[in-house]
Amino acid sequence: MAPEEIADLLKKQFSDKIAGFTFETAHPRIEVRADAWPEVAKFLRNDSRLQLNFLRCITAVDMLEDEQFVVEYDLFSARMSAKSGSPWTITNEVAIAVKVPRNSATIPTVAHVWRAADWHEREAYDLMGINFTGHPDSVTDHDGTHPRRILCPDDWVGHALQKDYKFPMEYHGIPAVTEHEQTRPIH
Amino acid sequence: MARWCSSRSRTSAISTAAEKIGETVQPYQYVPYTDRMDYLAGMNNNLAFALAIEKLTGLETEITARAKYIRIIFSELNRIASHLVAIGTYGLDLGAFTPFLYCFREREYILDMFENTCGARLTYSYITVGGVTQDVPENFIDVCTEFLDYFEPKIDEYNNLLSYNHIFVKRTANVGVITAADAIEYALSGPVLRGSGVALDVRRAKPYGGYEEFEFDIPVGDGRKGQVGDCWDRYFVRMCEMEQSVRIIRQALEKLRGTAGQETLHKKGKTIKLPDDEVYLEIDNPRGHLGFFVKGDGGAIPARVKARGPSFCNLSVTEKVGKNVLLGDMAAIIGSIDVVMGEVDR
Repeated sequence: MAPEEIADLLKKQFSDKIAGFTFETAHPRIEVRADAWPEVAKFLRNDSRLQLNFLRCITAVDMLEDEQFVVEYDLFSARMSAKSGSPWTITNEVAIAVKVPRNSATIPTVAHVWRAADWHEREAYDLMGINFTGHPDSVTDHDGTHPRRILCPDDWVGHALQKDYKFPMEYHGIPAVTEHEQTRPIH
Repeated sequence: MARWCSSRSRTSAISTAAEKIGETVQPYQYVPYTDRMDYLAGMNNNLAFALAIEKLTGLETEITARAKYIRIIFSELNRIASHLVAIGTYGLDLGAFTPFLYCFREREYILDMFENTCGARLTYSYITVGGVTQDVPENFIDVCTEFLDYFEPKIDEYNNLLSYNHIFVKRTANVGVITAADAIEYALSGPVLRGSGVALDVRRAKPYGGYEEFEFDIPVGDGRKGQVGDCWDRYFVRMCEMEQSVRIIRQALEKLRGTAGQETLHKKGKTIKLPDDEVYLEIDNPRGHLGFFVKGDGGAIPARVKARGPSFCNLSVTEKVGKNVLLGDMAAIIGSIDVVMGEVDR
């Protein structure tokens, strides 16, 4: 199914929960409202016409000038071919974009829909600071309840891929200044 | 006997910020960073990033046939080299020392070919935006054919030495079984997915960079020594994939003969501006689906680069299969997934 047809199908099923489409691009995507996302995700996964059973990747993008984050979920349907012994096929390739404001970046988790989302969501929290509510591997600390960090240490402050991230000048007494008083990276 | 009651994976907390660096340099300058993610399959990583940029900028139609075939030959050679390390070190993990030495002996021939072509043995940056940095040496086709003729019979030798070794089979068959449903649920890819009987290969299902012209089979796990999706299946898929890579290289070398004299690098590769658009492209790296997401904003430097690493995704399944297994089996399970930590931590 082409992305346009998937969009039609979703529009029919969810009407205003689908916020928009972008098809004139190298990366066709359908925009879904954050609060409706788990419901839409279940449909995408379980509907017999779609069966988007394979979550390839979750990419978080910081749109600083628009004051929002965009989280893109790349999906496809891996299907066994009818003839036994022939290779599986990739169909219904589509991306879902979920936009959230930068100051309250929360999206309900879809880790219960695709298990693969678990680590990707942890990564998106760790590096971009997007909080996936209801994540199965959540912790509570001074930042509130959020998915456990995965690439940075648990006590790391800030989220490195945000466009306005300031690199810390010290971590547990380890200075980020060389003996020549240079800092790296230079702001 | 001691068993893992539950398992909770921790990565090593040394994120190398490769994605952040991607937002500060031009695409052709970023190619060397892709080498350092999965350092056992540098060629494949270069290819994934180059293809993503070319798709984004529309340069893909201008890549010459010669550059395409060279790219395929080198990524398949790198796949063999990477699988040799995977197989050799897997034997080492389980106490078989000799196969490791044999595998590294063969890998050395491939690294020599790489060195003669681009000067590097591990981090090549050879495949770049717009083609490959330089043409292959004059005698490359002969040297490569000679290697393939030498290497192909060696695969049987490894099978006799390691694959069918009684102790090795005991350690790996029926251990760490990943069902096909779980494999898809966790979005596993590469030999780990195919070891579970899922014949999904991007090279066939969604061909990129000219792979549609080649004939090859997709080996899958069939539970020959135990159950479908056990460690032995994942290991053996790699063994069979090396045979298929040899097949692809032989075909590509034939095609390469007909393209003598063509340019191998497009000049636009270094000066190209990225449109205000984004792209996500996946290739099949020796470890699985390696995807690059690149977002441009009209300038020469990307606004966002994201790598979807196969090792990172494949490693996540250890939380599931690592439950309630013997301590000794845990080494067999992690080894069979063949992770490269440099790419997990990116």
